[in-house]
Amino acid sequence: MAQDRPTASELLAAIADFLREEATPTLDRVDPRLGFQTRVAVNSLAILEREARLGPDADARERQRLVSLLGREGTLPELNHELARQLRAGERDERDAALMAHLEATTADKIAIANPKWR
Amino acid sequence: MTVHIPSETEAVTSGLATAAGRHFGRPATIDGLTRQSGGASRQTWSFDALVDGTRHELILRRDPPTSAASQSKAGSERSAALDRGTEFRVIRAAWQAGVRAPEVLFELEPQDGLGEAFVMRRVGGIAIARKLLRDPPYAAAREKMAGQLGEILARIHAVDPASLPPLDRREAGHHIASLRGLLDTLGTSQPVFELALTWLDRRKPPTTVRPVLVHGDYRTGNYLADETGVTAILDWEGAHLGDPIEDLGWLCVKSWRFGAVDKPAGGFGSREALWAAYERAGGIKVDPARAHWWEVFGTVRWGIICHTQAWKHLSGAQKSMELASIGRRAVETEVDLLQLLKTGG
Repeated sequence: MAQDRPTASELLAAIADFLREEATPTLDRVDPRLGFQTRVAVNSLAILEREARLGPDADARERQRLVSLLGREGTLPELNHELARQLRAGERDERDAALMAHLEATTADKIAIANPKWR
Repeated sequence: MTVHIPSETEAVTSGLATAAGRHFGRPATIDGLTRQSGGASRQTWSFDALVDGTRHELILRRDPPTSAASQSKAGSERSAALDRGTEFRVIRAAWQAGVRAPEVLFELEPQDGLGEAFVMRRVGGIAIARKLLRDPPYAAAREKMAGQLGEILARIHAVDPASLPPLDRREAGHHIASLRGLLDTLGTSQPVFELALTWLDRRKPPTTVRPVLVHGDYRTGNYLADETGVTAILDWEGAHLGDPIEDLGWLCVKSWRFGAVDKPAGGFGSREALWAAYERAGGIKVDPARAHWWEVFGTVRWGIICHTQAWKHLSGAQKSMELASIGRRAVETEVDLLQLLKTGG
């Protein structure tokens, strides 16, 4: 069942805007520690807003790449578990171009959600 | 009838008055006690002790007494950190060897009721990386900082091991095993960290012939500096014996540049400037490949620490939104690792 608007992303953005623009200035005056904690919360809400918007497609792309890299089906956790096992065992390494392309694409999608300004 | 339950500040004041009186051999009055920072488990307090009309400006480092239950929950990830008594003796040995460290004065006794704790002299300066890296008053200091950090590190590595309390010896192989062990406790698979740990395992530097005092957390944010540069190296709880290049690599991890990404030496200068100052001050000749290995290692280490910080919250050991949010910073190191492995530097 589709939920009504606002979408998850829109609602998260509205909460973050309220906390940043209305709550934080007052909290900074009353208790700077609470002001700081609210900035942490606003930052986390911004991550969730991007995740609600970008996460589902990123997960689907990651799973598709893993299926093709590993040559088997599975859920995202199962496939990542198998890839991690192969990497610890040294069965694949950084000389594997398909592996590196997969890890770079996955990391690019993750950082676009967690911290797009990272460089 | 009302019962007076002393506040934490009253309890700390009372314990400090007893301990300071014992140390100075004269009655001491505690003035201006304020909590500086830190979480529930590791506290820093600033205060003055007035003894015979003399004002001593001091700092208390303290682990409050904790219940056995919360200790065992947090135990696995804290086992590598020094207790306060050992930290006290490491800082004292470093200070006596001429390292720019705080001068530690005395430890508290169990009957003082403050938990594991010690007192040191207060040193001027700030530790806030963003101010040190950007604010105008520190412009001149910024020019000197990479060199100073290299020189001080050479002095730390020259501390006579015989002057130190017993410390763990941790070489490259121990570190890799320990990070893999931490990954196994997280319950999620981490392909990029596994790739990097295998890369590191295949290129391990040989075990050091003469292990030195390694600070273990030598980075921007963990020292005080003022307009003249570095005033004191802090946060010695990760000290151990091992490879001196470990500290040089850790200082250059990109996360400790706080945005000044083109200045690898803690956000202040080039690796080469850091190494040259280190060598001039008596440090061993720095092999760039070995320094690169330790920088890759440090990047994996910080990424996995991000997950263990979040895990403190997720496991229920220490409920904290701030700790939880650090889990989402781990991917920053994944980006950096793929870059480091691709370019070789």
